[in-house]
Order: sequence, then C-alpha cells, then structure tokens
Amino acid sequence: MDIGQHTSHQYNQELENLRNQSLQMGGLVEEQLGKALRALMENNSQLGEEVAYSDYRVNRLEVEIDDACTQIIARRQPAAGDLRLVISIIKSVTDLERIGDEAEKIARHAISTEGLATSLHTALKHLGDHVREMLRRTLDAMARMDAVTAMQIAESDMQIDAEFDVLSRQLLTHMMEDPRTIRDSLNVLWCARSLERIGDHSKNICEYVIYLVEGKDVRHTNRPKLGADAAA
Amino acid sequence: MNTVALTNNTMTLPTPKDASAASSKDQPLDIQTIVEELKLATQPVGVPFLDDPKFYTRDVDVFYNQAKQAIFGVDLDIGKHEVIAMIGPSGCGKSTFLRCLNRMNDTIDGCKVTGQLLLDGEDIYAKEQDPVLLRARVGMVFQKPNPFPKSIYDNVAYGPRIHGLTSNRSELDDIVEESLKKAGLFNEVKDRLQSPGTGLSGGQQQRLCIARAIAVSPEVILMDEPTSALDPIATATIEELIDELRQSFTICIVTHSMQQAARISQRTAYFHLGYLVEVNKTNTVFTNPQHRLTENYITGRFG
Repeated sequence: MDIGQHTSHQYNQELENLRNQSLQMGGLVEEQLGKALRALMENNSQLGEEVAYSDYRVNRLEVEIDDACTQIIARRQPAAGDLRLVISIIKSVTDLERIGDEAEKIARHAISTEGLATSLHTALKHLGDHVREMLRRTLDAMARMDAVTAMQIAESDMQIDAEFDVLSRQLLTHMMEDPRTIRDSLNVLWCARSLERIGDHSKNICEYVIYLVEGKDVRHTNRPKLGADAAA
Repeated sequence: MNTVALTNNTMTLPTPKDASAASSKDQPLDIQTIVEELKLATQPVGVPFLDDPKFYTRDVDVFYNQAKQAIFGVDLDIGKHEVIAMIGPSGCGKSTFLRCLNRMNDTIDGCKVTGQLLLDGEDIYAKEQDPVLLRARVGMVFQKPNPFPKSIYDNVAYGPRIHGLTSNRSELDDIVEESLKKAGLFNEVKDRLQSPGTGLSGGQQQRLCIARAIAVSPEVILMDEPTSALDPIATATIEELIDELRQSFTICIVTHSMQQAARISQRTAYFHLGYLVEVNKTNTVFTNPQHRLTENYITGRFG
C-alpha cells in the first residue's frame, strides 16, 4: 500500500499547484526588489518604470492564490498538515504582496530622483543587499519547508532594524548640516523605510514557515522564547 | 517507562527540517514497518490517561474465535461528561472496542475480551456483574435506527418497565415525556405517542432510539455511527443533541466522518489495525497530530 499521496489524485494536484504558485509569487517579488534597487542605484528610470508597471502581476497572483485557497477549504476541508499549508500560504501571500508594493515604491523613487549622493548611495546599497539576501533566504526556507533556518532568519530581522536606525540618524545629521540635501535625503529615507518593511514582511513569512512545519505559532513571542521554541 | 517515540511531524510534501540531505520521510509508509512500530509502542501517542475517568481501560485485547485478534493492548481513559470520538479506517477495531464497554461482545459467539475495563473503578467483566444492568448504565445507539415494533410510548417505556424503575403509570408518563424532550423529539410526537415507532422518519427514529437509551438513566451513551444512515439535516439535529446530552452523560461515538468527529468531540482517539495509535484533544488531532499515521488518515492519504 502506497501511503504518502492523497487518495484523491486531484486534491494532491491542487495542493501541489498551490504551493508552486506561491513559490512563483515569491520568485516574482524577489525579482521586482532586485530590479527596483538596481534602478535606484544606477539612476535608471526606465527600469523603475518596468518594476512599477509589473506590480500588477504580483497583485494578480495574490488574488488567484487566495481564491485557490478558498476553493480548497470549501471543497476539501483540509486538516492537520494540509490545513496549516493552506493557512500559511494565505498569510504568506499577503506579506509577499506587501513586499511587492514596497519594491514598487522604491522603483518610483528611482524614477523621480536625479541620482543619490555617493555617501547615501553606499549606505543604502548595504541595507539593500542585506534585505535582498534576507528575502532570498526566506523564500528558500519556504520552498524547502525548513523551520530551523526560518527561525534564524526571523531573528536576523533585528539587524536590519538596527541598520535602518543607523541610516536614519546619518540622514538626519546630513539634513541638519546641509538643508539643500533634504529632498534627496528624504527620498533615501523612504527607500530605507521600504527596505526595513520588507525585512519585517520576510520575518513574518519565516514565522509562517515555522507554523507550517512545527504547528507552533511563534508570532509576537519574545526573542528569547523564539530561540527556546527552536530548540523544543 | 519504555516508550518508543512515535511522534513525527512529517510533512508529506518532501523536505528535511535541516538543510542537509533528503530524508527517508519522503518515502511512502510501509504497512509492515507501521505494524512493527505499533507493536513496540507501550502506550498510545498523546494524552490517553485522565484523572478520575469514567472508564479506565488497560491492555484490552479482543479475540474472535481464538484465531483472529481484533484489538491489541488498548489503554484508554474516557472522561466524565466528555464526548470522545473514535475514528480509524475500516476494520481498525473501533466498533469492537466500543462494544467492549457495555459487554455487547458477549453476544458474539467465540468473542473473548481480556484486560482491565473499569467503570467508575469497578470491573465490568467481573463474575458478579450483571450485563443487563450494565447495559442500563451504559446505553447504546446503533447505526441503523432500530425502534421496536411498538408504539412510540412503549418504545421509550420498555426499559423503565423491565428494570422496574417506576411504580405507577404517571411516573412512567413523566419518564417518557422527559426522555423524548431530552432527545428533542417530544414536540414532534406528543400528539401521537400511541402510533408506531416505525412510522417515523429516519432522523426521528434515531432520536427515538436515543430517547429509549436515555429513559433508563444511563451514565454513558455509546454511539456506533449514529448518523451514517441519515440526511445532513437529521445529522445536524442529532449532533446538536449530542452536545446537549454531554451535560448529563458521557458519550463515546464511533464515526466514519472525520468532520463529524471534529465538530462534536472534545477528545479524539485514532485506531489503526486494532491498535490505539493516538488520542488527544480534538483541536490538536485535527490541526497538529503527533503520529504520522494519524496525519495520513486525517488528511486523506489513506483509509
């Protein structure tokens, strides 16, 4: 007797499709972020336009995936692991769509600014690289349903927040020293803010991965408890 | 205590929990391996035991004609005023186990029950125990509604009459009315109590059987797939009734419908091939089962 596949072939396929779609959305959003940051760094308005235009594809995927999840719940009454899969996908998809929106905001800044001052450029690039890496690792953990790595990534969000704080203070100093830099500095600040938000959304997705695999809801728990739960 | 750890939070979609190699969890479960594991386990996964249980069962085996063993070493406590659902694939022994609880297996030729089964601390298989009295304390409702070929009134009155629970007609009337009310049937039949029980609809007949079981003031009601033969509305009515009955009785229900088990029970026990695999709070069993067999059954991967 082969145990492991759903007795209903169709149901099995539906769940597989759902997972594939959510990973596809993750890939798309990752691509959007990469392009948006490049557009900003290279002062490439056209690339920025491309990203802004493509956001509709992210939104459309959110709607499709949510609908697929609803259908599965209505028709299959998923339980246990399947239930947690559907629920974690519904929630992840919301955060992915928000990441897509933040990438679009960054892209719009790329379209409107006329280039960044070098010092701001470097600081923002570092933050951008860290956030892109965090998102990449998150999507990887999601694909491999790896709760241990997801826990580590969730905890690394603290560093992103810290980096953002440092950058904010730098920008503030910059603006106070030379008011002519205010407009550009503010643009950089909004972009940095978007990146920090992407970090938060990635952390949320990691928490859903942990819920999916372990059946434990670790949202809003203290940092130390997060670590203790990982060991449990 | 030597317990083999059977807990295994495996996702059926492939992946290891650490980044290294692909795991053997991907491979389909093999029946032989499962049975070996179940044999080694000394107690079921989850929370099988309770403080101050209504039923206390340990190491229960059931044999049919010496050759076939249907139940292997079941240890389970059933709590007072709880609804416990027993689920599992066909032939897993859940109905057999249910029938042990009020000695209905005694009526089957060649059926032997061993192990400890205590009701409120008393051994129900002790020589001094009267099975008839036991079955008044532990009533049973079956899958196919089986009203007696008598009037509605006489169906419900039969039990109290033969057990001598009342001394006059008026007390009997009261019991019949009370039981029919508790079973949610009184308003529908109060004007035709003398008409035949068999003239009612399926759902009404089943409620009549429940009223009949309640009439002798049992402590426990056993239900063997009570709504399998009923339409969705009748099913929903009975499920609502079970929830109300829980205030006064302990209820054990065997069901093929996992959704029903999920809806009406506080604890769920999963049986497989005669073994009790897992028993836990219903919420836990249906959102995060501990044993991979339970996970597979509940999600429809077999059974």
